[in-house]
Amino acid sequence: MPRSTLMFWFAAAVFLAAVLLMTRLIGNEYPFFAGYVILQFIVLAVAWSILGGYAGYVNFGTNAFFGIGVYTAVLLIKAFGAPLAVQIAVAAIIGSLLGFGVGLLTLRMRGIFFSIATIALAIIIETAVTNWRFLGGAAGIQLQRPPVTAPFDSYVKMLFFVQALLVVIAIATTRTIQNSRIGRGLQALRDDELAAECTGVPTLRLKLLACAISGALISAGGAPAAMYLQYANPETAFNLNYSVSVLAMSLIGGTAHWIGPVLGAILLGTTQQLLAVTISSEINVLVLGIMLVLFVIVAPKGLIGLMRQFSMRAGGQK
Amino acid sequence: MVSLDLLRDAVVLGVLLGCFYAAVSVGLSISFGLLDVPQVAHPAFLVLASYGVYLCNDRYDIDPLLAGLSIAPLFFLLGLLTYRVYYETFERRGSDASVRGIAFFFGVAFIIEVLIILQFGVDQRFVSAPYIGKAWRLFGMRIPIRQLVAFAVALALTVSLATYLSKTFMGRAIRAVAQDEEGLRLMGANPVRIKQFAFGISMAVVAVAGALLIVVAPVEPTLGRVYIGRTFCIVVMAGLGSITGTLAAAVILGVTESIVLTMFGASWAPAVSFALLLGVLAVRPQGLLGR
Repeated sequence: MPRSTLMFWFAAAVFLAAVLLMTRLIGNEYPFFAGYVILQFIVLAVAWSILGGYAGYVNFGTNAFFGIGVYTAVLLIKAFGAPLAVQIAVAAIIGSLLGFGVGLLTLRMRGIFFSIATIALAIIIETAVTNWRFLGGAAGIQLQRPPVTAPFDSYVKMLFFVQALLVVIAIATTRTIQNSRIGRGLQALRDDELAAECTGVPTLRLKLLACAISGALISAGGAPAAMYLQYANPETAFNLNYSVSVLAMSLIGGTAHWIGPVLGAILLGTTQQLLAVTISSEINVLVLGIMLVLFVIVAPKGLIGLMRQFSMRAGGQK
Repeated sequence: MVSLDLLRDAVVLGVLLGCFYAAVSVGLSISFGLLDVPQVAHPAFLVLASYGVYLCNDRYDIDPLLAGLSIAPLFFLLGLLTYRVYYETFERRGSDASVRGIAFFFGVAFIIEVLIILQFGVDQRFVSAPYIGKAWRLFGMRIPIRQLVAFAVALALTVSLATYLSKTFMGRAIRAVAQDEEGLRLMGANPVRIKQFAFGISMAVVAVAGALLIVVAPVEPTLGRVYIGRTFCIVVMAGLGSITGTLAAAVILGVTESIVLTMFGASWAPAVSFALLLGVLAVRPQGLLGR
């Protein structure tokens, strides 16, 4: 195993241990309640960038995958009273199937057509869920949390830890993709799909794989939200705000490396939490939109690009 | 079972609705269809125009259609500016620009939406005019006059735009730039200026269409989201950039939506345009009357 990989897993273990320790030491639930959202956005942004960053297919349908995750959980809770782990696992499977479907779309469309098609898919799924009485319809559905399992003393803390685990899984997956033939193949097809195909890159297989993995991770990241909110309705679960947030986080962080979406999600997620508490949730969408537009104009490579420029300049002076 | 009478009503109302949809889509037909600009913010600008019209109507009691016409020059200028920014930052840099270009317009759409919410709140807004709220009875059918007004204006708008693009010098230049930008450059014309002008025109059309939007039904800040599906569905189905195709595609969508509404209820209606769009994209991406 290369040293960087060893370092990565060591850091991941330290991170998880720290999270576990936090849930033992901090009694107040609020930090976990707020932190959960940030962790969730890290999962979504990292997963989004597999397709949007490496392959260059802009998926506006993050909300479709997220909502599918939420409603898979709702269905499992309501029908079988399934435990959280099962909810997440099944959500990931269904998310990957949906991702596979989206991957098939890439056969016929690129660029803006693909993006619009993903919005279309989200709306169609949302409409179907809205018309599904068993899942509560447009009015939504209340959910009861089961008793919390040891070693946690509150359900929110447990969700926080679970989401932290998902963060590690998402980053590890993305990191593996980035450093493998898959990632290089995706980057090749982003730059020139025809040229990539001609030089023997199996473009369709790679795109399908990227879509399925990205979809599975987004749905898995969305599944615990049902228990987090103890309530689900189609309008919030399939809210387009998820799409724009995740898009903004990935592009602001920079999509050339997995650390970009992580930085973007932490930065914007924290700002959002602060703004939502202190001012209003409208203002935080406004800030998000303005930052997205500013970054795509001024810093096309995101925070990563800015940092590289900075370090190159600093290095040049020495 | 749905009776024939109901079906007939649905078709008639669907045609009226379709022509209205054509009016809200022709702007996109120019900006996206002819100029290849990923104008995802088109519906957001549409809603913005509706709120402009609402303001004129509410404060100064101006007729909504007149208000739409009077804010059209402003929207024209806004269009010139938007295209300039888009061109300078994305189109000129080429290659990797498409992802960020899409993100740019997506961001703009959200900024507009939030600004409207901050200014006007999330409540529905409507305008008042003599023709709003009344209805005609025709062969036992009840047709709201506002629908008829929207139908007439929409038809006039689409036909005049089609004439403009095929008969006038500038209109032909716009179509030329869509066909072969390089060729135009070789002839000594400046394609960027023509495209900028065309984008301005598309936004001026949006201003008038925004007036129709608020005449036909009350408007709320997030209304644009539904119209992403409708407008893109129509423009893609029409075959990018064809104005007469836009009218035909819009009528198809209007009638389909109206029939689905009658048969399955309102909660399925939003999915119609998106399903149609997905179908068209998957089966015939060049549109029904493709170029």
